[in-house]
Amino acid sequence: MASQEIALIDERQPGTSFVERLHGLVITVDHKKLGLMYVGTALGFLLVAGLMALAIRMQLAVPNNTLLEPDVFNRFFTMHGTAMVFLVGMPIIAGLGNYLVPLMIGTRDMAFPRLNAFGYWMFLFGGLLLYFSYLGAPGLAGHGSAPDVGWFAYAPLTGRAFSRGHGTDYWILSLLLTSVGSTVSAINVLATVFALRCRGMTLMRMPLFVWLMVVTNFMILLALPALSASQVMLLIDRYLGGHFFDTQAGGSAVIWQHFFWIFGHPEVYILIIPAFACVSEIVPVFSRKPIFGYPVMVGATVMIGLISVSVWAHHMFSVGMTSVGNTFFAISTFLVAVPTGIKIFNWLGTMYGGKIRLELPMIFCLGFLFQFLIAGLTGVMLAVVPFNWQLTDSYFVVAHFHYTLVGGFLSGMFAGFYYWYPKTSGRLLDRRLGFWHFWLFFIGFHLTFDTMHFPGLLGMPRRVYTYDAGRGWETLNFITSLGALIQAAGVLCLVVNILRSWKKGKVAGNDPWDAWTLEWATTSPPPDYNFETLPVVRSRRPLWDLKHPEDPDWKYD
Amino acid sequence: MINDATLPLHVEATEWKLPSSRKVAVICLILTETGLFSIFVAAYLFYLGKSLTGPFPRDVLELPVLSTICLLSSSVTVMLAERAFNRDRVGRFKLWWLVTIALAAFFLGATALEWRRLIYQKGLTISTNLFGTTYYSLVGLHASHVVVGLCLLSLVFVFSLGGYVTRMHRERIEMISWYWHFVDAVWVVVFIVVYVIGR
Repeated sequence: MASQEIALIDERQPGTSFVERLHGLVITVDHKKLGLMYVGTALGFLLVAGLMALAIRMQLAVPNNTLLEPDVFNRFFTMHGTAMVFLVGMPIIAGLGNYLVPLMIGTRDMAFPRLNAFGYWMFLFGGLLLYFSYLGAPGLAGHGSAPDVGWFAYAPLTGRAFSRGHGTDYWILSLLLTSVGSTVSAINVLATVFALRCRGMTLMRMPLFVWLMVVTNFMILLALPALSASQVMLLIDRYLGGHFFDTQAGGSAVIWQHFFWIFGHPEVYILIIPAFACVSEIVPVFSRKPIFGYPVMVGATVMIGLISVSVWAHHMFSVGMTSVGNTFFAISTFLVAVPTGIKIFNWLGTMYGGKIRLELPMIFCLGFLFQFLIAGLTGVMLAVVPFNWQLTDSYFVVAHFHYTLVGGFLSGMFAGFYYWYPKTSGRLLDRRLGFWHFWLFFIGFHLTFDTMHFPGLLGMPRRVYTYDAGRGWETLNFITSLGALIQAAGVLCLVVNILRSWKKGKVAGNDPWDAWTLEWATTSPPPDYNFETLPVVRSRRPLWDLKHPEDPDWKYD
Repeated sequence: MINDATLPLHVEATEWKLPSSRKVAVICLILTETGLFSIFVAAYLFYLGKSLTGPFPRDVLELPVLSTICLLSSSVTVMLAERAFNRDRVGRFKLWWLVTIALAAFFLGATALEWRRLIYQKGLTISTNLFGTTYYSLVGLHASHVVVGLCLLSLVFVFSLGGYVTRMHRERIEMISWYWHFVDAVWVVVFIVVYVIGR
């Protein structure tokens, strides 16, 4: 108890002024501070991009609405999508990886601390540059504003003739910056995992979280260059008069789609695998059982990573590929369901016969399992080519991918926040407010995204700024928008909870969940050097061994 | 007693060896660079023969035989330099390192002359046609990597003149040579795609 208070004082340095603390953040190379900065900044962008989503939903709540002008609407869905993927998803992953990977593998910092800080600042300024487009993009000629070409920025819409002003350029340059940040952060995590594991931590003794982070970061290295390369090509087209995507000079607009989705599809797995990672840590601890089928989980994740690089054109069934191409990409997409199913089976297997504790992290995991399963099923539906022809670019697709990213990714991240917050702050998030968050978000989510499938089935195309009355879409859209408001209330609960519990929450202690991985072996929050002496592990659950010397895991390894 | 939960498990007698973080990072960097080049190479191959107007590759491109030989042999010289360095033969290291720099500089100069010829005599710029767009961007991407390599090589050479390059820099020297081998290997691909298949 005493030791813990010392650590709390140490970390927060009362008495230092705001400017001094800010200076401390600017110059820090500590993986824990950078991790929290990543997640904090990402939550800031989540609120901004979330408010844009709310505005979009308010516009669509009733037919023939005039809340948002058509061009403003286009900018809003572009900025919402881009920000959610690159300024919320990617930095949350980087933040979790930064904070947790060194602790979990029992080391004192990342392999390259300064590179780590560089990655964060690239991300932050890339993000600010994207939003600065509202002011900067009109340029001297006064055309244009924020990017309005959609998050996948299809050619030839992005050509000089169709995208005037500098909105598209801001989209390109800001994402190039954040991509540099993500790339160096991925290199750093991989170097840390392979080079700095504590004594005895063999690859097959690493926590599953670390394994899944390895796969995600490998995928970042393989997928992101495709985006950067095609963005550089687009810049060449726009500024040097190149013809990559210029169909009048023999260029191809379809090749942009290929290049973009070679990045874009692995990207959604890059986002979802860290959610798997959180769930794979939380479910065993709250079921009081070791994870079911550890090697199979590792293998399934690697399989997902491998298969995911060969499924990209299922986003493009309607552009007119050959039937061989369509068949190949449909089959490879079906294949992804196999390892994903294995993972869901194993999480259920972990819970089966376990002593389940329904704490907040576990509740969010249960929500995740349920929602991600449905998201996967609609994904398999969309992989059926004729079905896809009918529903592509409709609200059914929007509902599907929001199901994976909100119901899957975000729920997994929320579970992670509730699980690791006590480690970062030394205090628990408030339980009552947490349940409010869960139920509001859960109900709002299902109101919004369950309902959203149906306007899609009824033929409502995505990205329309309004629609006529009398098509049978009104009630469904109204319910969808209502759910969005309820979700926003849920997220507000989380934000209030995070801010309030930082100083006033219940003191957590070093190991509030009675967990088994190394991050719980040090104080909450951990000291700058993480571990006084570097730990030595002999099994996958070093803290179990410590707490149960009479029955340690390593006897059975 | 800040860290009272330190694990009291006794140290195992087995040896605990892990790869160097620098090596892992450089391998990762090379992996992601490979991804970058793959997209540009794919674009080049996809757009082969799709230019609507001239000049076309077979009319203007000449095999850059001499500069290719220079760049590929610089891979050998950098290896010789590294070997000399590991055997503490500093003079020989500096010599081979300088030869590597000279070969790289020659390659860049040859590329510059080739571009000058294409632009001023053949009228091929990046905006002339699809061939120009893909050619300058792929060859330019590779050339920019040569420039980065040249900077790294020169930096090490300047430091070695002042005697600042010592045994503790062994791994860094090795990493630069890995990067250099990668740049050379990419040139082999670019050469085959642009000058052999593409012509």
